[in-house]
Order: sequence, then structure tokens, then C-alpha cells
Amino acid sequence: MLRLEEALIAQGDFKITADFTLEAGRKYAVIGPSGAGKSTLLAALCGFVPLAAGRLLWDGADLTHAAPGARPMTMLFQDNNLFPHLTVMQNVGLGLRPDLRLDAAERVRVERALERVELGRYADVKPGQLSGGQQSRVALARVLVQARPFVLLDEPFAALGPALRNEMLDLMQDTVAQTGAALVMVTHAPEDVRRIADEVIFVEGGKAHAPRPVADLMDDPPPELRAYLG
Amino acid sequence: MARSSLAVTEVSISPKAGIGAALAVLVLIALALAAVVSRAELGGGLGPADWAAVRFTVVQAAISAFVSVLLAIPVARALARRRFFGRGALVTLLGAPFILPVIVAVLGLLAVFGRSGWLNDVLGALGLPGVSIYGFHGVVLAHVFFNLPLATRLLLQGWQGIPAERFRLCAQLRLSPRAVLRAVELPMLAQVVPGALALVFVICLTSFAVALTLGGGPRATTIELAIYQAFRFDFDLGRAALLSVVQLVLAGGMALAALWLVPVLRVGGGLDRAMLRWDARGGLQLLGDGLVIVLAALFLLVPLAAVVWRGLLGLGQMPGEVYAAAITSVWVAMASIAVMLVLALPMAGWIAGRAGGSVEAVGLLGLSASPLMIGTGWFIVINPYADPFDFALAVTVLVNAMMALPFALRILVPPMRDAVAQYGRLSAMLGVRGWRLWWVLLLPRLRAQIGFAAGLSGALSMGDLGVIALFADPERVTLPLQMVRLMGAYRMDAAAGAALLLLTLSLGIFWICDKGGRWRAET
Repeated sequence: MLRLEEALIAQGDFKITADFTLEAGRKYAVIGPSGAGKSTLLAALCGFVPLAAGRLLWDGADLTHAAPGARPMTMLFQDNNLFPHLTVMQNVGLGLRPDLRLDAAERVRVERALERVELGRYADVKPGQLSGGQQSRVALARVLVQARPFVLLDEPFAALGPALRNEMLDLMQDTVAQTGAALVMVTHAPEDVRRIADEVIFVEGGKAHAPRPVADLMDDPPPELRAYLG
Repeated sequence: MARSSLAVTEVSISPKAGIGAALAVLVLIALALAAVVSRAELGGGLGPADWAAVRFTVVQAAISAFVSVLLAIPVARALARRRFFGRGALVTLLGAPFILPVIVAVLGLLAVFGRSGWLNDVLGALGLPGVSIYGFHGVVLAHVFFNLPLATRLLLQGWQGIPAERFRLCAQLRLSPRAVLRAVELPMLAQVVPGALALVFVICLTSFAVALTLGGGPRATTIELAIYQAFRFDFDLGRAALLSVVQLVLAGGMALAALWLVPVLRVGGGLDRAMLRWDARGGLQLLGDGLVIVLAALFLLVPLAAVVWRGLLGLGQMPGEVYAAAITSVWVAMASIAVMLVLALPMAGWIAGRAGGSVEAVGLLGLSASPLMIGTGWFIVINPYADPFDFALAVTVLVNAMMALPFALRILVPPMRDAVAQYGRLSAMLGVRGWRLWWVLLLPRLRAQIGFAAGLSGALSMGDLGVIALFADPERVTLPLQMVRLMGAYRMDAAAGAALLLLTLSLGIFWICDKGGRWRAET
């Protein structure tokens, strides 16, 4: 489990506090008004924004100052999830070897992951030759080979159409189900929350509230959440 | 969103290598300067001849910059307004003088404007008095030849940067060309012209080869040439040292002042696409633009054509030393490309990770520190321990790399910033750090710019006539030096052949690097 202990995340004048625990294998939706700090919360978990106070603990180990690549998590961004100058094979392979020197066994793992997302034939193609949906699937294949205990998503697949987006979210769920990873996903869409999440982290008023079960929160939202959901 | 602006501060390239490279450049220059100063008899002060050199240097640079930019305005305006067959080729050609070996251009200018050149042939046939290319106006003419195209390209960038909507608005309001000039073009010029002036001025301040060949004498000697003469002919190290310090302060100060004015150098920059314009359709405007373009093209092309024409005639007359010198020059150019990249890439990484651009000043130091001073300094440093002439080519390689450094940084830093902003987080998340970051992200993303910078650096080095002139001995000769020797011996045919060879090699190195960088590059 991942614990944010009395954490203060500060960027200039902008501050949010967080104090809660994320369980392994659960799925969390992060919701809240624009500019409330949802992305910043994820960036702090991932190590892109240092904690101004408090600690980040992973099964007792202190991750507060660990480099992004050394944390038990991987993240999908809104865009730029793939290097355009590398092949699909290399992009996925980076999840295993940051120096791109894949041995035979690792190549097989990458190929298997690509087959899982139905891109087995595209290993030697560069991302520019793929459609938006295919590019997202390449990124998912990398999440698969990385097999980290936590997968963070910052409004992923936002550039895709509704049908393709739902397809991706389902594939995402399959992926984390396979690796047993926990999912933390920033989203604007209440239907995503019901579709995917077990629990909801509501970020508002300078605070990331502790997760609460979806049904609890969405059926009987507190006033601030009701104002946000409209 | 705040994310992209944050990426630079959170995820950045390790500055260690960059700081190391910048320190190496500083030490290289500082050691040379210290060596020179240690020999200088500073009590002596500057003599009248030295003051004349300082005066000449500043005045010719100012006039060269002024004339180049002033003439560039109508040329860039005409190119921005017109679309015609060969426009793309002409714009590409405008980039050529920058990488053209100075000595080759001088030979071309001599063929056209020289004592027995084509212009004087025409004037003589008409019974008019001839013109002389030597002295002050010759130096300015050569500088304008080099910098008019550069200034034109910079101004053209300015014109291309004006949003198309402005011109659409002008067309709807039926503004006259004069009104378009006042409403749209003059405000743009006010932003771009100071940078262009500053860049040309700094380039002309450190001019050596032009002054060596077209200037000279008490009334047309630049500081750089005076350093050369003090060292080479009088072996007056004290005077050479004093002049070097003057040069460093003058050019360095100007370069620092210009740093905030000089615009970014772009690869290709999309200058070849002409904007659709609705104004200036009148006959007089069209005629004026046509005339300006033809004159500018002639001014550029005729000397180049002369080099090619005379060169073809002279190819057979070249002595064997020319080929040996050519091989030496190719090695020097390739080595200086390598040194430039080793210095420029980490420095660019360092600068890209910082908000301000103050570190670029170190790069500019490479331009403003006189190559001859560095050569002189290292001559003094090496002299007690070994024969400095053995190190002539090594010092040339270093100095050439440093000369290209400021341009390379201007080319490399912006795309480096973009690469880090776009892919820095992804790289960090995947644990791609340190040298892997270079291997996986930066080098492939910057391939086109690295190729361009390498090509520029190689061509500059290939055509450079600087330090090597100081150390000249019969065994270690580069092609430009060999050319000067042939010219000095009045073997003009052989010199013309060597000029053509040098021209081909310079443009060839640039072309190979630039094309190689862009070959199958994904954007």
C-alpha cells in the first residue's frame, strides 16, 4: 500500500494537502474542479513535484525523495506518451530497459505485450504511422511490461472519440487486472468514475480528500462535490 | 496548464557536463590570455598605429553593418512580397555566403571588382576611370557581400513571422504599400533590425582574412590583422598581447551587449514558402521589387560564378601541394566538428535546463576572443615544452570549434528546451537518465539541428584562415592558406583552381552534415 503522510504539495502559491492510504489492486478516480490540483497530486505521487512537507511511504519504505523512475508506479500522460523517433518495439522496450538493450527474453515479453493489445504486427513501425487509438495501445503495452504495482493516469485518452475512449478504458482495466496493479486516474467524467473506479479521491479547496467508496460518494455527495458535479 | 512550464524545472538534463565544457572553453581562453598578458609590456600603451587599427576596426564594422542591413531591407521586403520561379533557390543561396570560405569570396570579388576584373574591363571600355578594391571600401564591400545575405535572411524571418491575418486585414482595408509599411512592416523591423545590426557588427569586428587580403597598410588594418603582423613579422609579443586584450574587451563587450539582441538561428525556417499577399500589386512596386531582387542576385552570383569559371580553367594548374593541403583541411574540419559537438551539446543541455540564457555568454566568448590571440597565447604556453608548430593543427581545430560554438548554441538550445518540455517527464518516469537521456531522447530528437550545426561548423573550419596563418610552415598547410600563398606568388590560375576545390569541399561538408541530420528524421 502507498501512504501519503501529512503531505504538503506546494508549487509557488499553490498548495494542497493530502493524508491518506491507497491500497494495492484498487481503482481510484481523482475528481475535482479545474485547477484544484488533480494533476499536481499525481505529479507529486510520481516524483515530478517534490513534497514540501510530509512523507510518501510504500509498504513502509520511504519514497519521498526517490527519482520518478525508481518508484513502484508508472504514469500515462495526456499526450507525448511515446517517443516519435523510436519504433513501437523500442517504445515498449523502454519499460523494461531504459538503455534500450533488450535481450532475447525481454524481446519476447515485449512482443507478447504487443500481441495483447493487438499490435503484434507493428513492432517495427514508428508511432507517427499509427492512429491515435493504436498509439494509446502501445502505451498500454508498455504499462503491461512495466508491471508496476501502481498505474497513474492523467486524463488519458482525452484526445480520442467517445467510443474509442471507452474501448481504451476497458483495455486499461484488463491490463491492470492482469498485472494486479492499482489504478489512480484523473478524470472529468462522472460516468468514467462509475465505469471504472472502486473509490473516489475528491480534490478541492486545497485538499485531496481521503478516498471514499464510489457508491457512497456519488449517491450522496457532500455540498462541494455536488457543486462540482452540477 | 501549468505542466509544460514546470517540466523544465522538474526534469532537466544534468548540468555537470555542460558546466565542464563551459569551464574548458573559459580555461582555454583564459590560459591563452594569461600567457599573452605575461609577455605584454603594458607600460608601453597603444601607439598611434594601434589606435588607427582600433578606429578602423570599429568604423569599418559599423559601416559594414549599417550598409548590409540597410540594403537587406528592400531585398527582404521584395522576397517577402513576391513569388517567382527560382525564389526558393535564391533564398537557399542567401545562406551560402555564411559558410563560404572568406578567401574564396575575396577571390571572386577580385575577379569582378579587382584591378583587372570584369567591372574595370567594362569601365575601361567605356573610357571611365577604374575602381580599386583595396583599402577601406574593399573591406566594406567584402563584408557587405558576406553579411547582406545573412541580414536578408534574418529580416525575411521577421517578415515570415508576421501573421497572415495582418496582411489579409491590410488587403481588406485597401491599405497602400506605404500604409502597410507603417502599420505592419516598420514595427516588425524595429524589433528585428537591432539584432541584425548587432550580429553583423560583431562578425565584422573580428574580421581577419578580408583585412589580410583586401586591407592592410596603415589606413586599413583591423586589430586582428595588427595582432597577426605584430606576431608574424615583428615577433613583438608585447604588442600582440596588448592588441589581443583590446580585441577581447572590444569584441567581447559588444558580443555581450548583442547577446540579447541577436535572433535565434533557425534550420530551414520555412523561409522558402512565400506568403500570399494582396498589397503592392502596382506596376511601379513590381518593377522596384524585381529590380532589387535582380541586383541582389547579381551581386551574389557574379562573384561566385567568377570563382567557378576561373576555377575550372585553373584546375589543371594546381600544384600537388594543393591536394595535400585539401586533405589536411578535411581532417581539421572533421576534428573541429567533433570538438564543437563535444563542447556544444552538453552546454546546450545546461542552458536548456535554465530559465535565463546567461550561460550563452560563454559561447559568445568563443566568438569574441580573437582566434589569433588564442593562437598566440598557446604558442607562448607550448613554446617552453615543445615545438609549437607541431601543435598548429590541433590549436586550429580547437579555435575553429570555439568559433562555431555561439552559432551552434543558438541552433541547439531551443529544440533542446522543446525536447525536455515534451518528453522530460516520460523519460524520467521510465528511468531514462544521464547518458541514456542523451542516447534515447536528445540526440535522436535533435538530429536535424545537430546536422545543421555540424555542417556550419565544418564549413567554417574548412574555410577558416586564422590561427593557421600564424603558425604557417611548409609542412602544415590548410587549403585556405595554400590559396593565399598561391595568390601571393601571383599564380592566380592555380589559386582559382584551389578556390573552386575549397568551395566544393566547404559546401560539400555542409551539405552532407545537413542532409545526414535530416535524413529520415521523424518530427
